[in-house]
Amino acid sequence: MASTAAVPFWRSAGMTYITYSNICANLVRNCLKEPHKAEAINREKVHFSVSKWVDGKPQKPTIRSDTPEA
Amino acid sequence: MFRQVAHRLLTRSTTNHSACAAATILRPYSTDVSTDASSGDSAFVEAWKKVAPNIDPPKTPIQFMEPRPPTPSTLPSKLTVNFVLPYAAELSKAEVDMVIVPATTGQMGILPGHVPTIAELKPGLLSVHEGNDVKKYFISSGFAFVHSNSYADILAVEAIPLDRIDPAQVQKGLSEFTQKLNSASTDLDKAEAQIGVDVHSALNSALTG
Repeated sequence: MASTAAVPFWRSAGMTYITYSNICANLVRNCLKEPHKAEAINREKVHFSVSKWVDGKPQKPTIRSDTPEA
Repeated sequence: MFRQVAHRLLTRSTTNHSACAAATILRPYSTDVSTDASSGDSAFVEAWKKVAPNIDPPKTPIQFMEPRPPTPSTLPSKLTVNFVLPYAAELSKAEVDMVIVPATTGQMGILPGHVPTIAELKPGLLSVHEGNDVKKYFISSGFAFVHSNSYADILAVEAIPLDRIDPAQVQKGLSEFTQKLNSASTDLDKAEAQIGVDVHSALNSALTG
């Protein structure tokens, strides 16, 4: 019994639910009034570094950040 | 493989036929399992007492947890709502009369005694009705779980009260994304533009409606 559930348009375009949900949240945050908008954008800032591992050794990390380098 | 699944689903509750009973693994539904584990696993406690009768058996994690509120036999008068966001709990065990959530299948009203449901939410208006008060929030997306004991868990990524929405931004966004939708080429661009149009038109109708 193959599943024939209708696929949402974003999934048929190759997007995952998390990406869809995050895009929706960002659009809604954009439509806030000040000062709530500044608070929301501040709250959602991220700062992290990712490094891939090859042969048990970490490679050069890439840093993803929304905070300006002081 | 799917034929076996269908067979198992059909024979789940009928245990008369002994051959079927031997073949199926019977697992109870979560609402049938006793949630009061304060006395601990009896088999473990007995085995412990045989080995170390003078020492109290250690507590397992489930004994530290609050048991799930039981399903009352009569219809409760109020719905208990937990409305949570990733960064804050908007409502925590609030007793209300009714909640209307924007499910993907349309506006869904949840009253006490609602059938257990899992609903995916689309960008739209959520309203909490308590007596004569109605609190409205605009939700970006999320899920709503209704349990058999009249508890409703509403999870949203963003929820903003209507008076914090900037109408000018909404109009600007709507026209911008309608334009992007017309000029979009790849599937992904079309999907993103469509999402933009959906969210902004939902915001628009929330402001005007």
